[in-house]
Amino acid sequence: MNLSLLILVPLLTALVILTCKNMYSVRWVAFIGSIVQLGLGGVLLFQYNAARAAGNTAQMLFESRASWYQALNIEYYVGVDGISIAMILLTAFVVTAGVLISWKMDVLTKEFFFLIMLLSLGAYGFFISLDLFTMFFFLEIAVIPKFLLIAIWGSGKKEYSAMKLALMLMGGSALVLIGILGIYFNTNDGSGHHTFDILKISHQHIPIGIQTYFFPILFTGFGVFTAMFPFHTWAPDGHSSAPTAASMFLAGISMKLGGYGCLRVATYLMPEGAHQYSWAIILVATIAIIYGAFATLMQKDLKYINAYSSVSHCGFVLLGIGMLTKTAITGAVMQMVSHGLMTALFFGAIGMLYERTHTRQVKQLGGLLKSIPFIGVVFMIAGLCSLGLPGLSGFVAEMTVFMGAWQVQEFWHRLATILACASIVVTAVYILRAAGASVMGPIKDEHFRALKDANWNERLASVLLLFAIVAIGMAPFWLTKLVGPDSQIIMDHLSNVVGH
Amino acid sequence: MLHSKIIALVPLLPFAVFLLTGLFGRKYLKNFSGILGTLSLLVAFVISIYTAYEYFFIQGRDANGIFEKIIAFKYTWLQFSPGVSIDMGVVLDPISIMMIVVVTFISLMVHIYSMGYMKGEERYATYYSFLSLFTFSMLGLVLASNIFQIYIFWELVGVSSFLLIGFYYDKPSAVAAAKKAFIVTRFADLGFLIGILILAFYSGTLDFGTLIERFTTHNEYYSAVTAASFMGVSALTWGLVLVFIGGAGKSAMFPFHVWLPDAMEGPTPVSALIHAATMVVAGVYLVARLFPVFSLSCPPALEVVTYVGIFSSLFAALIACTQTDIKRVLAYSTMSQIGFMMFALGVSGYGGEHGLGYMASMFHLFTHAMFKALLFLGAGAVIHFVHSNDMKDMGGLRKSMPITHITFLIACLAIAGIPPFAGFFSKEEILAAAYANNKPVFVVAIITAGITAFYMFRLYFNIFWNKEKIENHSHEEHSHGEGPMTMLIPLSILAICAIGVGFIPFGKFVSSDGKELITEFNPMFSLGPVVLALSGILLALFFYKKANGKSDKVAEALGGIYRATYKKFYIDEIYLFITKKVVFNLVGRPAAWIDKNIVDGVINLSATVADNFSEAIRPIQSGKVQQYAIYFFIGALSFAVLFIYFWKN
Repeated sequence: MNLSLLILVPLLTALVILTCKNMYSVRWVAFIGSIVQLGLGGVLLFQYNAARAAGNTAQMLFESRASWYQALNIEYYVGVDGISIAMILLTAFVVTAGVLISWKMDVLTKEFFFLIMLLSLGAYGFFISLDLFTMFFFLEIAVIPKFLLIAIWGSGKKEYSAMKLALMLMGGSALVLIGILGIYFNTNDGSGHHTFDILKISHQHIPIGIQTYFFPILFTGFGVFTAMFPFHTWAPDGHSSAPTAASMFLAGISMKLGGYGCLRVATYLMPEGAHQYSWAIILVATIAIIYGAFATLMQKDLKYINAYSSVSHCGFVLLGIGMLTKTAITGAVMQMVSHGLMTALFFGAIGMLYERTHTRQVKQLGGLLKSIPFIGVVFMIAGLCSLGLPGLSGFVAEMTVFMGAWQVQEFWHRLATILACASIVVTAVYILRAAGASVMGPIKDEHFRALKDANWNERLASVLLLFAIVAIGMAPFWLTKLVGPDSQIIMDHLSNVVGH
Repeated sequence: MLHSKIIALVPLLPFAVFLLTGLFGRKYLKNFSGILGTLSLLVAFVISIYTAYEYFFIQGRDANGIFEKIIAFKYTWLQFSPGVSIDMGVVLDPISIMMIVVVTFISLMVHIYSMGYMKGEERYATYYSFLSLFTFSMLGLVLASNIFQIYIFWELVGVSSFLLIGFYYDKPSAVAAAKKAFIVTRFADLGFLIGILILAFYSGTLDFGTLIERFTTHNEYYSAVTAASFMGVSALTWGLVLVFIGGAGKSAMFPFHVWLPDAMEGPTPVSALIHAATMVVAGVYLVARLFPVFSLSCPPALEVVTYVGIFSSLFAALIACTQTDIKRVLAYSTMSQIGFMMFALGVSGYGGEHGLGYMASMFHLFTHAMFKALLFLGAGAVIHFVHSNDMKDMGGLRKSMPITHITFLIACLAIAGIPPFAGFFSKEEILAAAYANNKPVFVVAIITAGITAFYMFRLYFNIFWNKEKIENHSHEEHSHGEGPMTMLIPLSILAICAIGVGFIPFGKFVSSDGKELITEFNPMFSLGPVVLALSGILLALFFYKKANGKSDKVAEALGGIYRATYKKFYIDEIYLFITKKVVFNLVGRPAAWIDKNIVDGVINLSATVADNFSEAIRPIQSGKVQQYAIYFFIGALSFAVLFIYFWKN
């Protein structure tokens, strides 16, 4: 498959949206565009598996490249492996669900869907790029529209949140840029030029002195995106002010850009740096997991609950990366996919509740399972996925991280793993508190009795995400088969370089 | 040859019903879902019985005289690393076959009973869907061939239990109870999970068969796991004790028992199925599954099992004497009886005569399922009639509910251990095993058995005798007290079982090493417990047959002891203090505060600083030409001075 389609389709959709005359055509164009993306994701998965089954052992498949800026050796270079395909599928599911959830968006509809498509373009571009500079370019595309989405369509103290999010993410990207340049100036493409080519760089040895400085810079830069402690505070404010689809996108995909970058760029290209700083990654991840979980206990607004719980859950991604074992890295990727789907579903459910009840305060809600059963059930399932119920995606991802982490036979690693395991108890507490008070219990407000349950687009969005969550939760083997070999490659690379 | 593939239908049928009734039940299958669920379980039950028949009688013992362990099928579900994977499999051995018979049988009874009990319930289909989900998970749990598979289904039974306790979710007390059950067992499961991580790390496998083999024979795995230690305790002991903590959570052993009495908020048939007969014995089953490792390689862990079991059984029996909610009395009696099963495993050895405790524990699990389900279903019938759980609202019901009365009496006699009812046989063997191995445990056990007889008959007399008034529901005729046939039939079938199953020569089927264990019936030895049980019953008769106020006087005389027992030894209050005051106020609140004020404060501060700085230097860009001219002039002058200064040097 030609990977550039993944960039062209959202781009064309966005352009067609600009020419649309009314709200109805805009959303249908956006819906069709996202369905095509979903289809492309499916075809890509199918073709990838077929190619692997046929014995294609190249590290990246469906590669294509074109020179972009010769003087600095910047190329448009794309290709995918199992990990990127998992992220692409995640993006396709979340974008489609996000478009469906925002079906009734009637304020500046055209601009809203245009920005959503622009975001998906950035995300796809980021996941398929094999050239560091192109990757950075797409990362930036995925940041700026968020500012507008929150500042224009948001709620609450939206200007503050939008500014905070944009500034912090921009700060993160600045660090990423410094890190990328640090790598670039220590590479050689064989003909005396520096290179941004990830595969080429991986075959070279970046001096350890350089890695010592640039690994933490690059990792922190990407870490800001994945809400790494202590740079996570943009997330709660940003999520709570963002419109539903933007929250879904922000938590579902945007935070995964960071995790993917930490893995694919920082850890893969600077293996010694990763070994050197693995203790710091584990420390920060463990703090995020435990502290995020306890901070969630105290939240009263559903969106804040999910945002803080995301900080805790994304800690598992970093923990998996920091443990530097194949199983833990596989687990980290699975956790990215799983958390992306689950949190999108959760934010979707919260958005649906909010649209009807006009409140997100747990105390003011209650008994919604009775008045709007479909949304109530979706909320419950998203919650159960979050607390790691087997059969849903969260469980397999977390268990893979735990199993991988436990393989490291050091006291502090073990302690971190036990603390991470303990967080699932706290998760159960805050999820059940939230669910018990908001969708279960007696009906708080008489107006709730007359609420209308989900309409077709909301149902379709929920079913789509549920399908993906259950597909991973009930049959995790397809995802481990997709991701496992590539985390093995990363792991081999890590141990080889350190070996000599 | 065993038709082993068919066995997969046993868990899959309830799962299919769960999906069907869960997805389409509300709209399309409303009244049909009960029949659908019942039929599917009938089929599952028949297959289970047939499998048991084939396994025990057609295939029989192998050349060494043992029932071999059959892996009916196994599918790799999630591969972690070579050799370490979660498999979804079905293992057939005497205890798993016994368990599928028990689970499908009790579940079938509860399905039939619920058609009457839950009639007219608005969410009838949802109820059956949850019931099927539970049955599926429980069957998956008992058939598991892999320790992680058991953990997966363990969590699934936990969530089905949550859903069913919270079935009446508009009642805040039901929601609170459901949450409590889930969180307390989740906390214990944390131990289970870490235990699995430890065991898997040293054994290099998650498969039960391989794991047991590697930890019970002398090889490199065994030496590694016994050599590694943490805080002076070997890794194997840590692993097994942590796994046992998970078991103790599900089986409501002290100190994780607090959820079980509250779980009675669920519909009564659910209590019969989940919180009496099947799910709560999962912990016992887990220890039995790993029994060779406990017994052969790790006696200290087995001792933990013994003492937790015996303490819980006495502790619960004492509390049961003072409770007035009939379901709570039954809940504490369940906890007490599970304590019996636990310490029976604890005092057991492995193989031959020494394995008596293991056999007795499984036997008691089997008989207990019958009579405890009967007790709960009987209590359900009473509650259905009286519309109250409190024994103060009951009395003299023997005339209006003759069938319920007789079946309840049979169950009480069975649990009290009066021959020839089922409980007598299994309890007698537990006591014999305790006597042979651990005298102090034996003494406590026999006292507990006496207390059991007392509180069960306290319950019985208070419901069916005592005060003869039931005027608070005068609109119902006395003769109409009984429920519909759907409720009476399961009661009668279970009553027959509660009489009959004790005569099964259990040692012929289930034993610690798979070989036949012949138990001798020793009339002299069983005399003591029976006499104690009878005196317990007589004591209850003396206090509670008629409303005479004698018991109140005794309660008054006991004073503080009575109050402490009535308040369940304040364990709930202690937990509430720890969670509400300590965890929320000392951990949660500071975490949220630090996040808002310190972590976020630094971010906001840096923004403010940048803002103020730019604010401060903004006047420089004023747009006034005169001002710029001054800047230009000062700048030019400074450069000139500098230039002259350097030029001179």
